[in-house]
Amino acid sequence: MKIAVCVKAVPDTETKIAIAADKKNIDYTGVRFITSPYDEFAIEEALKQKEKHGGDTTVIALGGAECTDVLRDSLARGIDSAVHLSDADFANLDTLSTAKVLAAAIKDGGYDLVFCGHQGAGGDNSQVPSMLAELLGCAQTTMVLKLEVEGTTFKAEREIEGAHESVEGTLPAVISCQKGLNEPRYPGIKGVMAARRKEIAVKDATALGVKGSVGGANVKVRIKEMMLPPDRPQGRKIEGDVDSQVKELVSLLHSEAHVL
Amino acid sequence: MSQGYLVFVEQRNGQLRKASVEALSEAKRRAQSGETVTAFLVGSGVKALAAEVAKYEPSSILVADSEQFASYSTEAFTAAAAEAVKKCDPRYVFAAHTAMAKDFIPRVAARLDAPCIADVMALQQEGSNLLPVRPMYSGKCWGVYEIDAPLSFITLRPNVFAVNEQGAAAGAVEDLAVTSDKVTAKVVAVHASEGAKIELSEAAIIVAGGRGIKGPENWPVLQSLCDALGAALGASRAVVDAGWIDHQFQVGQTGKTVSPQLYFACGISGAIQHLAGMSSSKVIVAINKDPDAPIFKFANYGIVGDVLEIVPKLTSEVRKLHEHN
Repeated sequence: MKIAVCVKAVPDTETKIAIAADKKNIDYTGVRFITSPYDEFAIEEALKQKEKHGGDTTVIALGGAECTDVLRDSLARGIDSAVHLSDADFANLDTLSTAKVLAAAIKDGGYDLVFCGHQGAGGDNSQVPSMLAELLGCAQTTMVLKLEVEGTTFKAEREIEGAHESVEGTLPAVISCQKGLNEPRYPGIKGVMAARRKEIAVKDATALGVKGSVGGANVKVRIKEMMLPPDRPQGRKIEGDVDSQVKELVSLLHSEAHVL
Repeated sequence: MSQGYLVFVEQRNGQLRKASVEALSEAKRRAQSGETVTAFLVGSGVKALAAEVAKYEPSSILVADSEQFASYSTEAFTAAAAEAVKKCDPRYVFAAHTAMAKDFIPRVAARLDAPCIADVMALQQEGSNLLPVRPMYSGKCWGVYEIDAPLSFITLRPNVFAVNEQGAAAGAVEDLAVTSDKVTAKVVAVHASEGAKIELSEAAIIVAGGRGIKGPENWPVLQSLCDALGAALGASRAVVDAGWIDHQFQVGQTGKTVSPQLYFACGISGAIQHLAGMSSSKVIVAINKDPDAPIFKFANYGIVGDVLEIVPKLTSEVRKLHEHN
């Protein structure tokens, strides 16, 4: 079985976000990049499916130099090979362009399964897996909590509001993963050492055959301005004994905040 | 030239989703004179729902009513939506940002080579152009987006946009024939989740618990407050990871992002990843025994004290309020 995993390098989720001077991006000064937390479930699922069915696993990341450590993190967890999609044209792509670049890297690889996190931490768009499936012309299932693959078919469980859906389909398929699907393993020291020696293949827009069709004027969505959320109103602590605190709270929620 | 709005109105078990009605209402508010707002229903036996949709006064209602939509499949719904877009040539396609829309709307966008902007919580307007505003970095910052395309897809966060008053039923109902593509994956069964009484992402009030509830045996204490308030139960990542409750209840990064009218953080210290998921709540109440817990900086109202002592009293006080009103 051939398995691809798409991962994204994102600012550590502990990062306190500041806005860059041009207000079109965040300030990356001192920001540490990590594997997007949702992608950890995708990596783990790729490893589990390989353990069960054999085959090989490839991790793919699109972006700048920050991808190198993230790709090595996947290799250290046990992914077999890594591909870095890197080109000046790939800066600030919109979601559809991102999916186009990934599709170009995946389409001729003969993959049975493509795993993604259900969203990238940062853009939080939750679009690339579905767009990728469309561009590859294959089955998809998103927000997956359970997956069983048998021959050329799969059964998955996905989360919707207040319920789970059982989905059945045929491979190849793009599967977007979320918490609950598995328990991601962490790289051991041996894995980390081995990952350092592995080569990361780099492909640019020309190699992928997307030169001129993504980036630049092809980007249809741009950030006009970024801002921090408005400050929350100055809160107040309610003092007194528990009985009077509770009475005052309910009264404030009712008559002042009008939410009860 | 492309003009107006096409709104995907989601239904489940013959019920319109409130979040979809919000999206339809917002399209009506945004449409300028001469611009049409077309509502769009997909399902099996859904034509009867058109009368319900008509109360929100769309210009017309397209209905793709066929056995092939009886259970959800990404590909069949994508084909239906692509057909609807082809038919009414809208400038903007709206949908509520639900599990279903998240699954298939980006696929429709890719099919039509159009951009998609998801989880929008406000819309700015510049002439006839919409500038969607959406949270990024799980709500730690916001982005205002510019779109350079004749057609674009926008999904709206539930619970943020107001529902319009119902008006005189309007809008001609028209059938939409859809030739089905090959379907390579489809839903074969739907199971209600255990435990969840009210869906977190759509709840107007949420009561969430963290380490301060001391153990999973104390969830009933919070559930009683939920029942009194008609609220959904939520949880911090710490207690989900500790195995006290299923991850479907988790609020924050790797869990759900919520924007209720009222959020009770009970025994939750307020890690940055949790705040990310709930800091756009209208009113936040924090109950925590640590007076220096970061959650108090975000709370409109705070009480320093023991959750297990305070919450039962709060429950009976809420019941009293409801009896008197």
